[in-house]
Amino acid sequence: MTSLTPQDQIEHQLQHHEEEHPDHRMFGLATFLVADAMTFAGFFAAYLTFKAVNPLLPGAVYELELPLPTLNTILLLVSSATFHRAGVNLRQGLNERCRYWLLATAGLGLAFLISQMVEYFTLPFGLADNLYASTFYALTGFHGLHVTLGALMILIVWWQCRTPSGRVSASNHFPLEAAELYWHFVDGIWVILFVILYLI
Amino acid sequence: MTLTVPQQSPPAPQSLQPTGWLRYLSFSVDHKVIGLQYLVCGFAFYLIGGALAGAIRTELVSPISDFMPRDVYNQVLTLHGTVMIFLWIVPVVNGAFGNYLIPFYVGARDMAFPRLNAVAFWLIPPAGLLLISSYFITGAAQSGWTAYPPLSLTTPAAGQIIWILSVLLLGGSSIFGGINFIATILKLRRPGLKLMQLPMYCWAMLGTSILVVLSTPVLAGTLIMLSFDIVAHTGFFNPGLGGNVVVYQHLFWFYSHPAVYIMVLPAFGLVSEILPIHCRKPLFGYTTMVYSIMAIVVLGLVVWAHHMFTSGTPPWMRLFFTIATAFIAVPTGIKFFNWLATLWGGKISLNSAVLFSCGFIVNFVLGGITGVALAQVPFDVHVHDTYFVVAHFHYIVYGGSVFVIFASIYHWYPKVTGRLMNEHLGRFHFLLTFVGFNLCFAPQHWLGLNGMPRRVAEYDPQFQLINQFSSVGALLMAISTLPFLWNVIASAFRGDIAGDNPWNALTPEWLTTSPPPVENWKGDAPLVTNPYAYGTPENEIDLSSVTGSDIWRNGQ
Repeated sequence: MTSLTPQDQIEHQLQHHEEEHPDHRMFGLATFLVADAMTFAGFFAAYLTFKAVNPLLPGAVYELELPLPTLNTILLLVSSATFHRAGVNLRQGLNERCRYWLLATAGLGLAFLISQMVEYFTLPFGLADNLYASTFYALTGFHGLHVTLGALMILIVWWQCRTPSGRVSASNHFPLEAAELYWHFVDGIWVILFVILYLI
Repeated sequence: MTLTVPQQSPPAPQSLQPTGWLRYLSFSVDHKVIGLQYLVCGFAFYLIGGALAGAIRTELVSPISDFMPRDVYNQVLTLHGTVMIFLWIVPVVNGAFGNYLIPFYVGARDMAFPRLNAVAFWLIPPAGLLLISSYFITGAAQSGWTAYPPLSLTTPAAGQIIWILSVLLLGGSSIFGGINFIATILKLRRPGLKLMQLPMYCWAMLGTSILVVLSTPVLAGTLIMLSFDIVAHTGFFNPGLGGNVVVYQHLFWFYSHPAVYIMVLPAFGLVSEILPIHCRKPLFGYTTMVYSIMAIVVLGLVVWAHHMFTSGTPPWMRLFFTIATAFIAVPTGIKFFNWLATLWGGKISLNSAVLFSCGFIVNFVLGGITGVALAQVPFDVHVHDTYFVVAHFHYIVYGGSVFVIFASIYHWYPKVTGRLMNEHLGRFHFLLTFVGFNLCFAPQHWLGLNGMPRRVAEYDPQFQLINQFSSVGALLMAISTLPFLWNVIASAFRGDIAGDNPWNALTPEWLTTSPPPVENWKGDAPLVTNPYAYGTPENEIDLSSVTGSDIWRNGQ
C-alpha cells in the first residue's frame, strides 16, 4: 500500500466497495438502540420527576420487595455472559455448543419473565391503583416486552444455526451478534431500572 | 473543476424493481422513487391541511361560531396542526428531499437501508388515512396537536386514541428515516469524500436525524403513557389520581421543540444548496455553517421549557431556558448572515427558486425576531396562548419551511422530470404566496398583542376587521396553489427540455442524466470535493486541496 498514491487508494477502495457490499446493519441497530434508550430515558425522567414532586396520595399502597428483583438482576446478568459464550463458540464453528449456550440464555430470559410474573401477581397493587403503581407497571412492562422480543430472537437464531451450513453460521454471524447486542442493551436497561425503581 | 469523473464501467444488471409510473405505487426501494412518494403524498396532505386551514379562517371571519359548531372547530384545528406538521412538513423536508438528494451527495447508489426506507414511507399513508378518517367515523381528537392533558383526557376518547396511534406510526416512520440518514451520511460516503466536503444539506440532515433519533422516542413513550391514562384510567397525567400534567408538557416539548428544528434545519440545508447555484458564488462560511447546525442541534435539545413559562415553572428554570433560547439566535443568525453574504455581489438570477429562497430569508428573520421576543419570560407570559404565538409559529414553519419546499421544487424539478417549470407562473405563484402569507399572518401579531386567544372559535367583536384581513390572506394562499399545481402538471408534459444540468451546478445530483438512472450513475459516482466552487477561475482552483472550504479561503 505504501507505493500507492492517495488517488490509487481511493480507486482501490472503490473497487473493493463494488465487490463487497459494506455491512452497516450493526451501525443501524446501534442507532436504533440509542432511540430505544431514549424511550426508556423518557420513562425514567417521568418517574424521577413524579418521585420528586408528587407524593403518594393518602391511603395509596405502593411497596416493593427486594429478593425477587435481585434474583432477576442476577438471571439477566448471567444470561448476558451465556450469550457471549454462544457468540464465541459460533465464530469458532462450534454450532452445537453455540446452540447449547443460546438455549441457556433463552432459558434464563424465560426464568426472568416468569419471576417477573410472580412478582406482578404477589404485589398488593394493580396497574391503575395509584401513580407509582402505574409507573412501576409501565416501566417493568415495557422492559418485559423487550425481554420477550429478545427471547424470541434468541430462539430464532437457535433454530437458524442448527447446522454449520445454516442461515446463521461462523461465516454469517450477524443475526446472532445483533440479538446479542440487543440482549446486552436490555440487560443494561434493567440494571438502571433496578437501581431507580427498587433501590432509590 | 474539482471533479474526478471515473471511467465507465459495464452496464448494471437489469433491475428487479417495477418500472414505469406503477413503481410510485409499489414497495420500491429506489431512493429517488421513495423521495417522490414522500413528496407527492406530503403534498396531498398539504392540500387537506390547507382545506382545514381554510375552514378555520372562514369560521374566524365572524366573531360568533356560525360556520361550524365549536367541537367541530376543535377537531378541525387539531387535524390542521397534526396534518401540516406530521404529514406535510416533516415528511417532505426530511423524507422527500432527503431521500432524493442524500445518496447523490454522498456518492452512493442508494440509502444505507433501502428496505427500511420503503417501510418508513409506507407507514405514512395508513397513518394519515387513519387520522383523517377518524373525523368521519368517531370524530377526531379535539385537544390540539399538543394533546395536553387534562384536556386530552376529557375530550372524546376514541378520536384521541386514533390520533395517538397515528402519531406513533408517523414517529416510527420518522425514526426509521433518521437512522437511515445517519447511516447513509456517516457510512456510505464515496471513498475519498471527506465530511467537510459534503454539500450543506447533508450536514443539515445529519443534525436533523440526530434530533429525530434522540427526541422522537420520548414523544412515543409519552403518548403511550397518555393512552394508558385514557384507556386504562391510570393517573400519569391526571391530577385527580395523583398524577402530574406538567410532566406531560416537559416530555412533549422535549420532542416538539426539536421538532421545530426537524422542520426547519433541512430547509436551511436546502436553501444553502439553492442560493450558491443561482448566485454563482461559493456558499459563504461553509465551516461556520456546519458548526452552527451542530450548535443548533445541541441547544435545540435544551430549550424545551420555553413553551411552558406559564405552567408554574420555577424561576431558575425560567432563567435557564430563557438564556438557552436566546443562545440559539446566535448560530441561527450566523446562518442567516451567511446566506446574505452568499447573495452579496453575486450574479443573482431572480428565478422562482431564488424568489422563494429570498422570501424564506425575509419571513424567517421576522419569525426569528418574534421567537427571541417570546423567549423572554415577561413578554411570553403576556402573549402566551394568543395569536402572537400563532403568527410566530407560522412565520417559522410556513414562511420558513414551506417557502423552501416550493423553492426546492422549482430548483429540482428539472432534475426529476428533465423539464423546466414555467417561470412566469412560478413568479406569479411566489407573488400570490408571499402577499397572501404576510397578509394572513402579520395581522395576527397585532391580534395576539391585544389579547385574542388562540384555538377558540369565537372572539371579541373588536377583532373582526383584522381577522377578515387575515382570512383574505388565507384565501390568497389557497388561490396561489392553483398556478403551482397547473405549473407542475403542465410542465411535466410541455415544459422546456432542461438537459442534464440546466443551472450549471456543481453538486453531484446535477452530474448525471435528468431524470437520473436507477442507481444514480451509469459509471462510478463522481468525486465532488468542492460542491460550491462557483465563480472562481478554473486555473485558480487547487485540485489537491484537502477540504472543500480551503478553496474559497485561499482563492479569494
